[in-house]
Amino acid sequence: MTDSRWRVEVIVMPKDGVSDPQGEAVKGGLAMLGHAGVARVRVGRHVVVDVDAPTADAAKHAVTKMAEQLLANPVIEQFEIGNVTEIHSTEVVR
Amino acid sequence: MSRGIAVVTFPGSNGDHDALDAFRDGIGAPAELVDYRATDLTGFDAVVVPGGFSYGDYLRCGAIARFAPVMEPLRAFAERGRPVLGICNGFQVLIEAHLLPGALLKNRSLTFHSDWVKLRVESGETAWTGTLGEGEIVRFPVAHGVGNYFADSATLERIEGNGQVVFRYSDEDGESIESANFNGSVNGIAGICNERRNVVGLMPHPERASDPLLGPTDGLKMLSGIRAFLSVPA
Repeated sequence: MTDSRWRVEVIVMPKDGVSDPQGEAVKGGLAMLGHAGVARVRVGRHVVVDVDAPTADAAKHAVTKMAEQLLANPVIEQFEIGNVTEIHSTEVVR
Repeated sequence: MSRGIAVVTFPGSNGDHDALDAFRDGIGAPAELVDYRATDLTGFDAVVVPGGFSYGDYLRCGAIARFAPVMEPLRAFAERGRPVLGICNGFQVLIEAHLLPGALLKNRSLTFHSDWVKLRVESGETAWTGTLGEGEIVRFPVAHGVGNYFADSATLERIEGNGQVVFRYSDEDGESIESANFNGSVNGIAGICNERRNVVGLMPHPERASDPLLGPTDGLKMLSGIRAFLSVPA
């Protein structure tokens, strides 16, 4: 069976209702630079995981588990899986 | 045979020797450094997770240390009701390991804050604060950038209702006021315990307030409370 290598992007953001001091600071910085009308800024984290799996769905499933276990802290953060793209094929003996 | 107090060293810990000195020299209690790869805590009466920047604070403070081998026996130790103390980064590790509720966010100011602060003791009824009285004001140093305690409203209501808040940032008169709350913690919370009251975590450093050469020794007073849990009297 052949596994492919998949690039899976994970976007981790502070949950609504959780204060985001970095977002507040960036918003203040934008106002200082004269950008009008900035209502809200939230700063999160973009994690890219390359993983070997038979299908895109399997890769997405594996990275979702990783996000639940380590990449995001569910007390303060939420995450979503972004792009899943095949980067190259590799022969894996099962 | 009792080995006394275990002080865990992770890659990036920097408060481990301060804690060791406070117990050995300050209190005269047996204490040992325990490597993060240890899989056995047999013989210890108490465990301290010290301050520092475990694993470079990468991803989130404490997030990677939480999966170190030593955390498995540490969790079992805590579940048996034995005393566990997390100081600063150690508090962050215990929170990431879900041994304590809530989360720690970046300081409201976004700056690393290194200073002496005053704390009001909210509860002396924990494994680590038996020598402190409720309402007492103690002075400990803080040194952190990520100490802004957060809990959602249901969790906050639960821990306040159970008396699990152990320390609050305070002024001289024991008023927990906004100006004393330098990092923006919800309800000015500086330290908490679990429901069973054997696991305590706090951002300030009692082990760095344990030598008269360096200032107030309120930390030594707090840490000396662990004597009650040592199988060999210190």
